[in-house]
Amino acid sequence: MHELPVTESILKIVLRYAPAEGVKRIVRIFLEVGELSDLEDEWIQHYFDYLSKGTVAENAQLVIQRTPITFQCEACAHVFEIRREALHDLQCPECGNTGCNLVSGKGYYIKNMEVV
Amino acid sequence: MEGIRLIEVKEEIQADNTAKAEALRNRLRKHKTCLLNLMSSPGAGKTTVILKTIEALRNGLRISVIEADIDSMVDAEKIAQAGITAVQLRTGGFCHLDASMVEKGLEGLDLASLDLVIIENVGNLVCPAEFDTGAIKNAMILSVPEGDDKPLKYPLMFTVCDVLLINKIDYLGIADFDVHAVRERVVRLNPGITIFEISSKTGEGIGEWTQWLQRAVDEVRFS
Repeated sequence: MHELPVTESILKIVLRYAPAEGVKRIVRIFLEVGELSDLEDEWIQHYFDYLSKGTVAENAQLVIQRTPITFQCEACAHVFEIRREALHDLQCPECGNTGCNLVSGKGYYIKNMEVV
Repeated sequence: MEGIRLIEVKEEIQADNTAKAEALRNRLRKHKTCLLNLMSSPGAGKTTVILKTIEALRNGLRISVIEADIDSMVDAEKIAQAGITAVQLRTGGFCHLDASMVEKGLEGLDLASLDLVIIENVGNLVCPAEFDTGAIKNAMILSVPEGDDKPLKYPLMFTVCDVLLINKIDYLGIADFDVHAVRERVVRLNPGITIFEISSKTGEGIGEWTQWLQRAVDEVRFS
């Protein structure tokens, strides 16, 4: 689906760091992806392998960590984590209110990378 | 391995797109033009809803449409037949629109002489939810034949929208679709969302929806 544009952005960002940091090769890139964001880990790596050919990022491994979904209760302001499978039963664990707004759990983030 | 070191990056991958979308929203507000991003599955009735919306609002508002299609012009032609300027964006296989693509679409339009631009996004409930288009309002259509389980399958889409149009309500009774359950599921994910039940075929609910949209446009026009 949208793995290709996301992968293009990842490559663009990591290559921006390479010259200033004297990077010869990027070994691993650590990503965080929100649990609510649909993304196929395998496809990201395939696209990355293809796009990074001939750059210092060639053969770099993408390590994807999922970040939890959090909501905030409109009634008592409690912030809580919830698993994607439990969303059908979304309610505040503190006060039982069903009016809760998404705080985090979507988007894509590059944390850091291992380089030589 | 020897010599491996760690470099902190700490960057949002979509930061570029988010910045472009924000800049686009500022430009639209300056021109007092409202941009509505309309999303749905294929076949939920985006083009027909747009045509009905234009019909209801065209006397008072100057409207144009940006049509995103993977590789056809069918929808843009329908809009053009209604006498409305439609810009066709061929996404060439891309499954969504982002802010740069929308910006490109707007190049063909004179914002100063428009009150409302409607984007017909690519038909799917996954990718368009991830990319900020620069729209001032986001709306989605869920049609009755698609089933009432969609908020469970595509929760993100339902959290990013200001409005949900439940379309083809003339199918209620034929299809196994529990409107009450959908409303409850959606409001749990997004308490701030406004929901309208509509039928592009019978015209039911179109008035309430277009009144909402008129108010949204007026907020931008008279700000």
